[in-house]
Amino acid sequence: MSALSLRIQIDGETISVPAGISVAAAIARLPRAFRRSVSGQARAPFCGMGICFECRVRIDGVAQQRACMVPVRDGMQVATDG
Amino acid sequence: MAEHYDVVIVGAGPAGLAATEAALANGARVACLDAHANLGGQVWRKDSAHGWPRRARRIINTLLAHPAMTWLPQTQVIAADAGELLLQDEKHALHISHNALIIATGARELLLPFPGWTLPGVTGAAGLQALSKQGWPLTGRRVAIAGSGPLLLAAAVTARRHGARVLGIYEQASEAAVRDFARTLWRWPGKAWQAAMLRSQLADIPYRCGSVVTRAKGDGALQSIDIDGPHGTQRLECDQLAVGYGLVPNVELAQMLGCALRQEGAHPCVNVDALQRTDKSGVYAAGEACGIGGRECAWFEGRIAGLAATGASVGATLLKQQQHARAFAATLHQHFKLDPYVHNLAMPDTLICRCEDVPLRALDGYDDARSAKLATRCGMGACQGRICGTALAELGRFARSGQRPPLFPARLSTLGEISSLSDTEGFVS
Repeated sequence: MSALSLRIQIDGETISVPAGISVAAAIARLPRAFRRSVSGQARAPFCGMGICFECRVRIDGVAQQRACMVPVRDGMQVATDG
Repeated sequence: MAEHYDVVIVGAGPAGLAATEAALANGARVACLDAHANLGGQVWRKDSAHGWPRRARRIINTLLAHPAMTWLPQTQVIAADAGELLLQDEKHALHISHNALIIATGARELLLPFPGWTLPGVTGAAGLQALSKQGWPLTGRRVAIAGSGPLLLAAAVTARRHGARVLGIYEQASEAAVRDFARTLWRWPGKAWQAAMLRSQLADIPYRCGSVVTRAKGDGALQSIDIDGPHGTQRLECDQLAVGYGLVPNVELAQMLGCALRQEGAHPCVNVDALQRTDKSGVYAAGEACGIGGRECAWFEGRIAGLAATGASVGATLLKQQQHARAFAATLHQHFKLDPYVHNLAMPDTLICRCEDVPLRALDGYDDARSAKLATRCGMGACQGRICGTALAELGRFARSGQRPPLFPARLSTLGEISSLSDTEGFVS
């Protein structure tokens, strides 16, 4: 594991994560869904490579970001709708 | 003002990297772009804990240090026209132009619907491998791996390296087919070695042939799966299921440019000649986009494309290597051919379109993607039918509809730039 550790906020909760991981991997450290589907089902990453859009969340105010495609940055604010 | 390059390469996996290397060696000014933050593509994806595989690291570091190479990370093609691309990165839209374009867009996973496939905890097999390398927490997690092909072994090794407890690997192909496949491997000593290494690392993990995951169950997240095998149905409790039925070429960019495609089974791939030329002048394609062929094949084809695109001659040895690698792919397809059983796992109420929550039942009576989409919203969501459209093609329902810009969902400010491409016909906002 990378020794470097970053702090990011997910739904207001601050967590420490290793540098170099994806936002998806950071969210997975907390017990929550990534998004709710149009009929209200809990969803989480499925394809892992930016194709399925199941992992989309709001990152630093920008909606519809694929959490599996974005590396964590120190101070990042992530909002799920899980 | 569009920045101009001699060669633009879309995709930074083995094909894209080989093309970049060859084009740079011929003195070209090259831009290589990829939707991911790091070079390597899927098979050479940078592991957040372990870095790149050694060979990939050496290649990537050399390319990144080259003065004539521009690397555009987290960048996707949104629209394309002859000689010109509209790109979007994390913050901006940008235009670039080129003399030659090399499409090295790789493949995605074939993900087929079954009851419970939308539950959190269910991913693709290559999907779990990608997530593992992104730092997905797997320590102590019980993982089942299923679907088809040698990729399942690689996914198991990666998951285990990240601390997962791999409970078993469930391969849909019969034991006889897998044994026959192993017998052909002597023709590809490198592959035989790879397979032996993977198997030895997984010697204590059950590998069950003729086995298919028919259902995933859980209350809000995965708790157990049902596996149908030669000896009946088994229930297995697990935290993650990684299930993938092989790979499908990413042809959307080629399709939008109007390049000729050909069918390989239920899915299109880009049609190229021996020098990786498409039927559009100045447009080349290499690797998985031209049909699933594996890493070595992608490397050789990338190299051929990079040489051809810069006017260099392509040696007979390289062409022969490419053909030999393609022959391996043919053998793979033959032995891991999908049992029609896996086409029939979805129930009438199983969601097919995960973006719009459209169940299989709603699609009865439609025989083309466009009518189904207009009536049910199937394929209208963020993934633009990449998951459901591909699954429906594989299931024999109907082919995916054609590709129009934007190639990926884009910001409004980017969409505003589409009008400055010379040909915007067919774009409907």
